[in-house]
Amino acid sequence: QTCLIHFIKRYCKPNPERMALCGPKLSLCCTVLSAWGIIQLMLMGVFFYVRSVALIEDIPLEEEYDQMSKLHTDMENGYQQNAYNCWIAALLYLVTLCISVQQFWMNNKSTYRV
Amino acid sequence: ISSTRDTYCRHRFKHFKVASGWRLTDSMAATNQGTLFRSEVMCRSQLYLPPEAAYNCVAELGELGLVQFVDVNPDVSNFQRQFVNEVKRCEEMERKLRFIEVEVIKEDLNIDEDETEPSAPAQREMVELEQNLTTVENNLKEVNKNYVELRKSNLELTEYKCMLKQADTFLSETRISLDTDEQTNIEDDGDKREDSMKFNIVAGVLDRSRQHTFEKMLWRVSKGNVFTRFFEIQEPIEDPKSGQSLHKTIFMIFFQGEELKIRVKKICEGFHANVYLCPDKARERDELIQGMLTRLDDLNTVLNQTTEHRHRLLLAACRTLRSSYVKVRKMKAVYHILNQFSLRDAQRVLIGECWMPVSDIPAIRMAINAGAQAAGSSVTPTIERVPTTEEHPTFNRTNKYTEGFQNLIDAYGMNSYREVNPSVYTIATFPFLFAVMFGDAGHGLIMLVAALVMIIWENKLEKTMKSSEIFSIFFAGRYIVFLMSIFSIYTGLIYNDVFSKSVNIFGTHWMTNMNFTANSSHPLSLETNFMLDPKSIAQYRGNPYPFGIDPIWQTAKNKIGFLNTYKMKISLIFGVIHMTFGVMLSLWNKILKRHYHEIILEFLPQLFFFLCLFGYLILIIFIKWMLYGANYTDQYSEHCAPNLLITFINMVLFKKADVDPKLEKCHVDGFNYEIYMFPGQSGLQKFLIVYGLLMVPVMLFGKPAYKYYKMREARRRQGDAMRQDLLGNTADHEDEESIGDTMMYQAIHTIEYVLGSVSHTASYLRLWALSLAHAQLSEVLWSMVMQIALKSGGWVGAIMLYVIFAFWAVLTISILVLMEGLSAFLHTLRLHWVEFQSKFYHGDGYGFVPFSFRSVLKEAAADDKEVMKTLR
Repeated sequence: QTCLIHFIKRYCKPNPERMALCGPKLSLCCTVLSAWGIIQLMLMGVFFYVRSVALIEDIPLEEEYDQMSKLHTDMENGYQQNAYNCWIAALLYLVTLCISVQQFWMNNKSTYRV
Repeated sequence: ISSTRDTYCRHRFKHFKVASGWRLTDSMAATNQGTLFRSEVMCRSQLYLPPEAAYNCVAELGELGLVQFVDVNPDVSNFQRQFVNEVKRCEEMERKLRFIEVEVIKEDLNIDEDETEPSAPAQREMVELEQNLTTVENNLKEVNKNYVELRKSNLELTEYKCMLKQADTFLSETRISLDTDEQTNIEDDGDKREDSMKFNIVAGVLDRSRQHTFEKMLWRVSKGNVFTRFFEIQEPIEDPKSGQSLHKTIFMIFFQGEELKIRVKKICEGFHANVYLCPDKARERDELIQGMLTRLDDLNTVLNQTTEHRHRLLLAACRTLRSSYVKVRKMKAVYHILNQFSLRDAQRVLIGECWMPVSDIPAIRMAINAGAQAAGSSVTPTIERVPTTEEHPTFNRTNKYTEGFQNLIDAYGMNSYREVNPSVYTIATFPFLFAVMFGDAGHGLIMLVAALVMIIWENKLEKTMKSSEIFSIFFAGRYIVFLMSIFSIYTGLIYNDVFSKSVNIFGTHWMTNMNFTANSSHPLSLETNFMLDPKSIAQYRGNPYPFGIDPIWQTAKNKIGFLNTYKMKISLIFGVIHMTFGVMLSLWNKILKRHYHEIILEFLPQLFFFLCLFGYLILIIFIKWMLYGANYTDQYSEHCAPNLLITFINMVLFKKADVDPKLEKCHVDGFNYEIYMFPGQSGLQKFLIVYGLLMVPVMLFGKPAYKYYKMREARRRQGDAMRQDLLGNTADHEDEESIGDTMMYQAIHTIEYVLGSVSHTASYLRLWALSLAHAQLSEVLWSMVMQIALKSGGWVGAIMLYVIFAFWAVLTISILVLMEGLSAFLHTLRLHWVEFQSKFYHGDGYGFVPFSFRSVLKEAAADDKEVMKTLR
């Protein structure tokens, strides 16, 4: 029984250090990158949603069109799809931000502890 | 001293000139407090200090940091100086401190950083500190020695113990084969018969790495007549001297005969094996083992106590280590300075010379008086100003905001004494010219965030700044980066460029009302171009976009062509304005120096030459912008606008342009509006060229002619009055030689100016070139990287966007912000250093380096780092 307790103690003790997947510099970089990504992708999503002309070259369109209606639908779909894509990517960056902020705090705490 | 003072008084209002050419009167000094526009007024003074108070006074001055000392006796070698013994003592103390520090670091103790900096200690305190340090050092050395010896005995005992245990197990196992009789001693006997049955044992401990060679050697030497057993010691044993852990092996050698014993013992000695006596009987071995164990225990206790003692010693030492360092260093610095004084007047006064800013004299006087009072001296020290013809040091009083810009200017050349300081204007022009080249609001925003991070946490970052050199360079320029980023956001909005996309804030002023159709026979291709004509109201509203470039230009195929002409013209406009400003600053320099003749003979010709040619170029740019338009009619329509470059070239070459017969409507009233923009232009141009070129010989010969004229007058006056003063003779001598010098200097200067004005004006076109490169790089990065994700379509585009955004962001920061930012910084710096400053700057001064403890300690800390690196 003492052996079992010993084993559990040894297994659980390094857990807090195990949570630090990346070092302090990498987690700081990821935090900054994620924050920038969230802001920029949210704004890009908004601009795609309001059909901004500046982003017209960023939607998937074909080279030639035989019918105007097809061009219209393609453009509408392209804008809408890109807007959703931007927002989904922004959400993914939100998740990344949470992870990297947690990593950053983990790293800071372990340096204080030592 | 008195004679020079007399001549100074006599010529103060006449021809007295300091060697560098800057004249100084007392009234001027009083009114001009220090400003950043010019360097401070400095004066050379002599300090008279009573010897008993000298140390305290200099210590006070070190804390103040406003006085630069000059060596009064530079010929004396270091060993003959007054206070050389004190300096030696300080260095000895520093050595002891360093030894203690190394020991403390070996022990992995934390050295406390002092919050408050201790002041330079009194001399009595230093004797105490010296004794204290000596005792600590001796104690430490003794403890270390004892420690090593104790560890050695510990090692031997441990080895002996292991060996005994091993031998015990081995011998008790094989006892039967070895001893026929338990009582017989395995000692050498005279009996030959018993000899052959008795075995000698040599046992000991050896390095594991030498085991095989040892075995081979034994085999060869004994010709195979020995029996060896090796047992490895599992735990590594620490060598007391080197601290390394070694793996050791126990060996037992069984052999017969006396001679073999000698040989075996010699081999053991050769291999540095520790041989221990191994008693034969089990009981003896047991007793020995018990004895070993008790001795080991005792030894361990003693070792622990020794380490405790050492630890306590070091703890006590490291608490005051930093402050002791500071005190010793301050003392050494003060004695170095005192060595630069000279003891005069039968050892009653110490005289030293120094430079100090005139406006700080009251503060310095207060500091010296405080020092003298602290030393309890009844004599008050005095400061006496000494006039001198040596070049005064340049002192620009900066704060943390202006320090960066001053460093930029000083990197090229320190201001001459009391010259116009370009760093004030650089605060505004540098970020502006950078921003013209950088011109992207998104990248500017990134730079702004970085700059704000560095500024808001500047107190915290200042301590960690010392680690990386590159980061410390960026940190030192954080206010420059801050200003550059704000200006970049502004120009980014003007160029309408945010990460290569335009923002449509006010609604574009261009409209398309085309009805596009597409059917199978005429499909609509997205590559077809449609031209918008600014003349028609249906397509262009008639008035421009309120702020910046219209966002429609982002989608235009001829965007670059349009922006090129705009950016080139504004580059030239900024360039000419910047350089004219530089020439105007030279006017101020000349007024300061009271060289009024130079204003007429140098400044005005330079200004007129420059403005006649390049000021006129700017003028015709503006005229063309105002006169011609797409919706204007007849001769002011856009077809009739003349090419300014051709106009300028023809102006300089005095060439008449050919009339184009096709442009009928431009020929109005017999005047060719496609060549000239306004009547009388050709006459004006001819006049300007001739007048500008006439200024060149004035620049070349004006100043030498004036000097010659003045020299002749002085000689005539000298012949009349029969003056005999020293200054008159030397002035005459100077003038005679300097006519040739002046001619040559003026020739070089004029050629440099005239040719330089053309090349420098063209050089400002880099403002256009870099902004074009930046915009194109930004666009390429977006279209090559981001568009992969955006054009992929479907829901997989979200994942691709997530990944590719990271790439795009990293490339944006590394290429566009860092690389382009550094490049634009460099080009702006070059524009300031060469194009702007060559118009007025002399820059051959030397900096004012005051004696301050802060700089002494900083230098010492840097030295410390180096020494610690080598000691590790």
